[in-house]
Amino acid sequence: MPMPLFTPGNDPGSSFPELLRRVGLQAVAPTSGTLDLGVPHATTCVALRYLDGVVMAGDRRATSGNLISHRSMEKVVQADKFSGVAIAGAAGPAMEMIKLFQLQLEHYEKVEGSFLSLEGKANQLSMMVRSNLPAAMQGMVVVPIFGGFDVLRNAGRLWDYDVTGGRYEEQEFVATGSGSLHAGTVIKIAHRPGLIRDEALNLACRALWEAADADSATGGPDALRGIYPVVATITAEGWQRVGDDDLAARYATIAAEMRSRT
Amino acid sequence: MSMPYYVAPEQIMKDRADYARKGIARGRAMVALRYDNGIALVAENPSNTLRKISEIYDRIAFAGVGKYNEFDQLRVAGVRAADLKGYQYSRDDVDARSLANGYAQMLGQIFTHEMKPMEVEILVAEVAHDNVSDQLFHILYDGTVMDERRFSVLGGDADAISARLNESWAEGLSLSAALKGAVGALSGPDRELSTDDLEVAVLSRTNGRRCFLRLSDTEVAQLLAA
Repeated sequence: MPMPLFTPGNDPGSSFPELLRRVGLQAVAPTSGTLDLGVPHATTCVALRYLDGVVMAGDRRATSGNLISHRSMEKVVQADKFSGVAIAGAAGPAMEMIKLFQLQLEHYEKVEGSFLSLEGKANQLSMMVRSNLPAAMQGMVVVPIFGGFDVLRNAGRLWDYDVTGGRYEEQEFVATGSGSLHAGTVIKIAHRPGLIRDEALNLACRALWEAADADSATGGPDALRGIYPVVATITAEGWQRVGDDDLAARYATIAAEMRSRT
Repeated sequence: MSMPYYVAPEQIMKDRADYARKGIARGRAMVALRYDNGIALVAENPSNTLRKISEIYDRIAFAGVGKYNEFDQLRVAGVRAADLKGYQYSRDDVDARSLANGYAQMLGQIFTHEMKPMEVEILVAEVAHDNVSDQLFHILYDGTVMDERRFSVLGGDADAISARLNESWAEGLSLSAALKGAVGALSGPDRELSTDDLEVAVLSRTNGRRCFLRLSDTEVAQLLAA
């Protein structure tokens, strides 16, 4: 490939999607089609604020209609050192959006020589969701949650989005996807400002447990195969994924509690 | 109508090369050298904001000397080419050799066809997974590419710096020893360089996916004192 060189008036700057457009590599949005293509869908994700930052969590199941298409999909991913994205919706466009978003953050950082602010990152994602609108009209809806640690304000922050790219900052928690009603309710009841890490992790795990319990498209912890939800914290130290051993212990506690009730 | 004087092509090329070399010689030098755990890049740069050394991709760094706006343009083109290739194919397919070739094509084209050649010398460095296959590509203003094994010296006074570095460099140096050698070679016997005049970065094999790491003045001072 030749070196991409642009004249000053035609330069894409630090935007990677714009660069893709200039070199003719941008993804083509579908302009017509049926409403149900039967593509895999990713489901419940939650995020909540706690004392040190943000916890993000998502189940691992992807479904196509009534079938489970993947058992170990990762819907909560690190975007860069201080932020993460959780995605619910059509798996294909969602994964592509995450890939582009991660690339864009890194591309900006390298071209400009400095990090994008957390608000700037949230805004970038908003534009990507908006550009997916034509595909969303065809049923390929992608709705992310964005969370991160704002190093300028020294606090964890959360955003959720709607299909049109609308961006809403949340103070306490967010839930998205098919099991979001159940997961959100669990968090809503127990959430209070100033949760510590352990409480926040338990709450996120519990929320996904209840969502999996009531929503067939959300996967619960799979002790048989050793597949647990993706849970991560984002604090001043950056993104940190919670280990499966830790999660296994937390889910064992929840399971024991459920058994003791019967 | 008056005819322009005939100028021999050899003369045109020589004039252009002299022009570029003069521009480059005015700037301060930089060196890149292999050490036991990667590649260290050390530049003499009094500015703390206008960088000579920067990250291109996971395992690839860029360094330029000469005219800032020109090598910065090359740096951005490199980041774009690398990110595009990684997006289109895979992160594993981005390599320093093809980037160096791209740069060489571009600089060669500009040298022969444009009004003025670029007054830059650049380096594309790639750290390998093992400690024997690290790559240093040194590219000149006219598109000449040199594949260097041990270290590269770019910019004014390169011969003297090279000679000094040749004495201190050895296979398997620690980072601290490599930095001391590099700073000693850049400064020469007659002056001292403070950490504030230095820009230091490493491509370290143990830094995770993104090997590039810029070292702060404090870290550099510690390494030089060790």
